[in-house]
Amino acid sequence: MKRSELLTRILITVAVLGAVGTPLFLWARTPLIHAKVAEDGGWSPDVIRANAGEPLTLHLTSDDVVHGFAVGQMDMQGVDVLPGKVADITLTFDKPGIYTFYCTRWCGLNHWRMRGTIEVSGSNVDTQPVPAPLYVSLGLDIDAPHDAPILPSQKPSAIRGQKFSTNLPILQSPDFYRSHSPYQLFDELTSTSFTESQRWDVVAYVWQSNATPESLANGQRLYAQNCAACHGENGAGNGVFADDLAASGESSMQTMTGSEDMMMQTPVDFTDPARMLGASPALLQGKILRGGMGTGMPMWGSIFTEEQIWDLVAYLYSFQFNYQGAVR
Amino acid sequence: MSNRIEFTRSPFIKNALKSRYPQLAVFIVMLIGYIFAILAGLIGTPVGSRNFSIVFVWIAWWAILILVAVPFFGRGWCAVCPIPLPGEWLQRGAILRPERSGAKSKGRGLNLRWPKSLRNIWMQNISFLLLALFSSVLLTTPNITSIVLAAMLFAAIGLSMVFERRAFCRYLCPVGGFIGLYSQTAPIELRIKNKQVCVTCEGKPCYNGASTLGFPLRGLRDTPPFGKRGLLDSPLPRRTLGLRSANSGYGCPWDVFPGGLTKNTYCGLCMECIRTCPHDNIAINLRPFSADLAKPSTRIDEAFKAFIMLGSAMIYAGVLLGPWGALKDAAYNVGTSAWFTYAVVFLAIIFVILPGFFTLGILKTKSVLSLKQRFASLATALIPLGLMFWVAFSLSFVLTNATYIFASLSDPLGLGWNLFGTANAAWQPMLISVLAPAQTLALVGGLIWSARTAQKAASEIKTSSIPVIIFCFAATLVMLWLLL
Repeated sequence: MKRSELLTRILITVAVLGAVGTPLFLWARTPLIHAKVAEDGGWSPDVIRANAGEPLTLHLTSDDVVHGFAVGQMDMQGVDVLPGKVADITLTFDKPGIYTFYCTRWCGLNHWRMRGTIEVSGSNVDTQPVPAPLYVSLGLDIDAPHDAPILPSQKPSAIRGQKFSTNLPILQSPDFYRSHSPYQLFDELTSTSFTESQRWDVVAYVWQSNATPESLANGQRLYAQNCAACHGENGAGNGVFADDLAASGESSMQTMTGSEDMMMQTPVDFTDPARMLGASPALLQGKILRGGMGTGMPMWGSIFTEEQIWDLVAYLYSFQFNYQGAVR
Repeated sequence: MSNRIEFTRSPFIKNALKSRYPQLAVFIVMLIGYIFAILAGLIGTPVGSRNFSIVFVWIAWWAILILVAVPFFGRGWCAVCPIPLPGEWLQRGAILRPERSGAKSKGRGLNLRWPKSLRNIWMQNISFLLLALFSSVLLTTPNITSIVLAAMLFAAIGLSMVFERRAFCRYLCPVGGFIGLYSQTAPIELRIKNKQVCVTCEGKPCYNGASTLGFPLRGLRDTPPFGKRGLLDSPLPRRTLGLRSANSGYGCPWDVFPGGLTKNTYCGLCMECIRTCPHDNIAINLRPFSADLAKPSTRIDEAFKAFIMLGSAMIYAGVLLGPWGALKDAAYNVGTSAWFTYAVVFLAIIFVILPGFFTLGILKTKSVLSLKQRFASLATALIPLGLMFWVAFSLSFVLTNATYIFASLSDPLGLGWNLFGTANAAWQPMLISVLAPAQTLALVGGLIWSARTAQKAASEIKTSSIPVIIFCFAATLVMLWLLL
């Protein structure tokens, strides 16, 4: 074989091997976390391991539409994950445990199911038992019907209610508020001389008294980010995914065990007074924490902090009551 | 030939073409790019707009091919296409040339002749249509693009092992089919200089290959004093031995005898004959546009190729650029009933509706030729029209998507690299203000061009060009409506 032929063969072999090997090598050294709509698999990988106290850098990319990344129960700004682009984020976990990361963008019908976990190991394991949520300690059956039997003839007003509420200190305590539904307070006020309408106004005032403007604003923000896609911006259960959820049927709905025997339902209407006035904050806390209820409602217990859930609950009642300095 | 300018008169160009190395250098770069595109589609981001395989194949390459290479260089792309290379190298048993004239090929393969019944471009018509029916998925899904690219490479290798020469390029390549058709309009041609030289040339080495070169007495080449340690086995340069130095080429890989070339369609511009010809009788010429169309084709496979390309450009304009979401969904959702409907309509437009209207138009025209012959000859007019339809269509999506090239250049796999600092280049349509005028110009120019071609073709077969011009006019109106 001529030297020129030999050299050419070597050159082409090296070039081809380089064209294959170099990108393969670099690709293997660039581990990415891929985001896809839940129907196509969600996060991949969906389990990440880290060590407490050590920075964890993640390279995130989307394989289809715009997604977002955030870790539940952490005070962090979500990161947008754009199709075909790589977003980097560095996290440090102080405590060992299992953290949930989730998508923060309305990416598709099963957006809510786009979650994964970060398993953080370390020696300083917190041995303190986690206190049971209020709905558990109260023994509430959050799946039981809880409609209010009597409804106000007009939207209750906290402004009007303030005038009648001067002697109701106990009823305004947080413990009372969280463990009673608006209807229960309305019922307890039967012995007063107030008319039905005035009693509902008092209820509205008591409910507003248990929510600060900051908590309502925070609840509104959380609602807009996480709830409005299904429940609607105005709480009427008519979010952009609402019709599709009902129409999608069982094919896009899984139980906690992964079986496909649950049907999607039209999301709950928070403007429905019977449902909302019959629900205590503790009951709503339970529904948000656990999700389920035989519907497509996801569990938020691993995402929201307790404070965030109370803020969200406070905001949900604003669909029923006219508050002073209305949040909407 | 007075209206030709021979490029190969320039010693620089001639030497650059005669030597294998400049072309080989381009081949290697192309092969690397091709393999990288396959790999990028398989391991890179599945987001088409950020993956090298989609951006460089369907935006960058396509733009160069249809807006520059085909209109101005004809089969210029085929001259540097890497697809046939591995198969050809295996077939020849060498990358460069045989070690010496008369040396036995160390190549592998059966070297069978391509079946006679398939010596036409129907296979290319079918392969193009197969890709066209899946184009919405193919153009947007990197791994599908990779599979198709790899399939073409392996098909070319496989055919090279069974059949002689570049059977894939000549008879199967879905791209080569329409490049060949439109290359007839290009102002570049490879032709012989003097027909008489070819007539008297013994052995026709440009077609038969180097084993007969420089030593026409074929029966004696293995016999002393010529072969078997004779002159031909001497380590001295052949020129020193007084032998012609034309032993540097193979027989035409495209199965074409250059001496008989009258049109560009099947000449792949591989330049092999320039290297092989012992009489320096091959030239690359600059010529008027569409010179080959003066003498219309009579082949029905080529006529249908013209309809396939014309119809595909119109359908793509509707599907990819039109406002009809349901149509896009149907084209994209391969395997669904909507897609099957789309496929049937697609094929009906190409094989029934367009040829049907065309035939109805020419049905009553007076001619001594049969309807089939008139159909084939007059369809020549659709070649410039189809080319300009593709130019107008391609301008739209190339200018819209060209900025993806910058981002993909810096981050070809979507792994977060920023090799040239352009990874975050924002998507932005380019030259939008000139798009509509440029498309209009292309379409109206194409109509005038095709009308002129129709007149020449009709004159050649002594019939009327009016029905063809009306057909072209109607098609142009539809395309204007689809694009503007």
